[in-house]
Amino acid sequence: MKVGVVVFPGSNCDRDMYHVLGDVFKLDVKYFWHEDKLPKNLDAVVLPGGFSYGDRLRAGVIAAHSPVISDVKKMADKGLPVLGVCNGFQILVESELLPGVLLKNTSLNFMCQWTELIVKNNKTPFTSKFKIGQKIPIPIANGEGRYYIDKENLDKLKKNNQIVFQYGSNINDSVFDIAGICNKEGNVVGMMPHPERAVEPEINPKDCTPSNMIFQSLIATIGARK
Amino acid sequence: MSLQKEELDYLTKKIGREPNDTERHIVAAEWSEHCSYKSSKIHLKMLPTKGARVIHEKGYDSGVLDVGGGYVVTVHIESHNHPSAVEPYGGAATGVGGVIRDILSAGTRPIALLDGLRFGDIQKDSHAKWLFKNAVTGIADYGNCLGIPTVGGEVEFDKCYSNYALVDVASVGFGKKERLIKNHAKAGDVVVLMGGSTGRDGIGGAQFASDSLETEDRSAVQIPDPFIEKLIIEATLEARNQGLIKAIKDLGGGGLSCAISETADAMGVGIELDVTKVHTREPNMKPSEIMTSESQERMLVITDKKKLAKLQQICKKFRVSCSVIGKVTGNKIMKVTDNKNVLASMPAEIVANAPLLNRPSKQPAYLKQLENKRQPSQPKDLSKTILSLLASPNIASKIWVYGQYDHEVGIRTVVKPGSDAAVLRLDNGKYLSVKIDGNPKHCYLDPKNGAMGCFEEACRNVVCTGATPIGMVDHLQFGNPENPEIFWTFLESLKGITEFCKHFEIPCVGGKVSLYNETPHGPIKPTPLIGVLGLIDKTPLKPQKIELGDVLVMVGITKDELGGSEYYEYIHDFIGGRAPKINLAESKKNMDSVLKIIQNGHVKAAHDCAKGGLAIAVSELSMTSNVGCAISLDKVPKEKLDSAKLLFSESHSRYLLVVEKSKLHVVLSELKKKNVSHSEIGTFQGNEIIFSNKKKLVAKLRVDKAHEKWFNSLRDLVLHA
Repeated sequence: MKVGVVVFPGSNCDRDMYHVLGDVFKLDVKYFWHEDKLPKNLDAVVLPGGFSYGDRLRAGVIAAHSPVISDVKKMADKGLPVLGVCNGFQILVESELLPGVLLKNTSLNFMCQWTELIVKNNKTPFTSKFKIGQKIPIPIANGEGRYYIDKENLDKLKKNNQIVFQYGSNINDSVFDIAGICNKEGNVVGMMPHPERAVEPEINPKDCTPSNMIFQSLIATIGARK
Repeated sequence: MSLQKEELDYLTKKIGREPNDTERHIVAAEWSEHCSYKSSKIHLKMLPTKGARVIHEKGYDSGVLDVGGGYVVTVHIESHNHPSAVEPYGGAATGVGGVIRDILSAGTRPIALLDGLRFGDIQKDSHAKWLFKNAVTGIADYGNCLGIPTVGGEVEFDKCYSNYALVDVASVGFGKKERLIKNHAKAGDVVVLMGGSTGRDGIGGAQFASDSLETEDRSAVQIPDPFIEKLIIEATLEARNQGLIKAIKDLGGGGLSCAISETADAMGVGIELDVTKVHTREPNMKPSEIMTSESQERMLVITDKKKLAKLQQICKKFRVSCSVIGKVTGNKIMKVTDNKNVLASMPAEIVANAPLLNRPSKQPAYLKQLENKRQPSQPKDLSKTILSLLASPNIASKIWVYGQYDHEVGIRTVVKPGSDAAVLRLDNGKYLSVKIDGNPKHCYLDPKNGAMGCFEEACRNVVCTGATPIGMVDHLQFGNPENPEIFWTFLESLKGITEFCKHFEIPCVGGKVSLYNETPHGPIKPTPLIGVLGLIDKTPLKPQKIELGDVLVMVGITKDELGGSEYYEYIHDFIGGRAPKINLAESKKNMDSVLKIIQNGHVKAAHDCAKGGLAIAVSELSMTSNVGCAISLDKVPKEKLDSAKLLFSESHSRYLLVVEKSKLHVVLSELKKKNVSHSEIGTFQGNEIIFSNKKKLVAKLRVDKAHEKWFNSLRDLVLHA
């Protein structure tokens, strides 16, 4: 199973994601520089967290114009799993693979803390192993993590079952406490919290079983496809 | 901001002629206190720097320690006080940037940051609050963007820092021993300047930092760009992996003047540089400006001619500007040209080595007066006193600060901020514990014991995670060294640190001296800061939840040492009395015994007893686990003291161990065997923190109420007050 981790100038969770996919879950993982072509045989791709282009203009907006994005879009169109974490989520939104925007936190500060997610959709490649309503202890670390979408499009998200994760409590005034969403087809998922920081018991002060299921879901999805 | 007359004479004599204008600028930057350590260098030699794990290479700006399995840890500490006092956001951010590049220069990846922040009284002084808020944001914006976790530090407020700021940043790096860059060069090698453009920002920064802060010279403060820094880190590490770097040095204080002269001097070569080749941010910069600009995010790299193309390719990939600015020569001369004319030509050794000073020192008169001042009397309601202390800015939770720092990126942070010391996992299966500590209130009353106390406190903190201290860095911050009384406090602190290093066999692997820290109201209190690295071979002690029935064992003697305590200073607004002293033999015995007990897995949690004394240390344990406790003060190992003194004394060498009942006998017998002063002082029970003395109630607080005060008060002070 071949999974790609895209590295943009300023990505800084790429090595963490690589470690989790490769060392923890034993997947065949490869880095791709933002100017690289993604090979045809890639089974899934992850856009990691960080500060692509130093968050200039707006988080994710410059990276959304990187050459690699057209290949990411091709993979998305083919129905292959695409995951964007934190800045990766911001890039997916800015490249219009996902709807809505991520705004500056209402505290106006960067927030780094542990929180709890609630799984709202278990039909995506990253949540298939979960039960609806299941909780995931996980950390967030962002300055622009407040998800916003207008009423009309929020209704569409709800109707199409595109809300994947909600925060267990209102931590940053995201619309409808949204922490992660997917595209209509469900194969492109973006989330603000960091699953790669939560899968190893050594660094997870709570329970790492649920966060592991995000990656186990991916493995099951890719496996089923083959 | 120029050379002193006697320095100019010395220079003229050394080079055998009058230096020209450009040469004067170059030498003035390099001979500033900041770059040359001219007041401190002869004394710093007393610090022991050797050890079995220490790796020395020429030209390193960071300390290197072998941690086994083919891996090394690097560490460095710096401050950015003057810039942060003028422009806290940029000053603090560029402080982070500078220390990271020192870690990078050894060829290691920066994996953690710690910062020590000190400001005036934020409860009364809105300017102090402004400085504090913006310094924190500056650090957060820079470190977070780089993806280097800020895992620890300290924040302190004291009137002595009014209209001023101390921003200390320590960084830790990690890498393979075989990939350390061993600085070397030979004639014909190419000198490359990599990274951001050279602008007019930060000109004269080193001299600015070597003078009392009288003018708010904002142009001497550098402008931060963490994105470029991130690209430089990745480009440098990629170039290191491909073996393209022969020597490397970060551009910091003194800019190119300092980097070129020190690199040439360290490697015993000459460097010829053409200022017109330096990529500049603005046109028409004078050569002297280019040579002394402290624009950030720049690295000086020496590479082999044949490898230059590969290095340029990496820089192109990361869109990092890279100019070939000169070449290595065999004549040990630092030569600067503008393509046609020679602008400066001096032996690198002379430029890099300022004439050193042996400044006079004299014990300050204030010390005796303060020790003999009449001490404050015990308050009536000690429960209230404990609650006020928990809410005091120096003791209250710093979550408002570290909640803004990404402390998890890099997925190494096993023990997170808010505990005694941070613990990072390493790729060789071991763990690194890190902590920085300072205590200007103690140091003001007793610079020697105060400095030793900071050292011990940092050690106690890493020991509480199960780590053996393996190295230290110091940052010595004082006022104007030309004042003999201030210089005396510097020397005393240094002596204390040296004694402690020697007794514990902990090598000093790096450090920095920052002088001329003067505010409009006078010098700051002596503020030496000690960073300690500890290594854990097997399992770190992670804070575990304390359960009802667990027992609290106290190690170490509580003495009549309230001078400089938070209790005296915050509650009574009293500066004076006797500050805690270190008894080296007792200190070592306690530390070794506690460490052994922790490493053998006999305790659930360990906490050092420091700021705010026993009352605060016990409350912190209770609050973190949300469980009450009952403590008998009469059982505390002590000198004869009243209840308030027992609660709030900040005597050193004390630890609190939380022990399961079933393991109590093992812990007690181990302590007894080693002849360590200790006692079982209470148990965890109920939902109140209760202190009694000979069965009489002394103080009582509800855990949830205490927690609310402690947890929220600093944040509320910053956001709402």
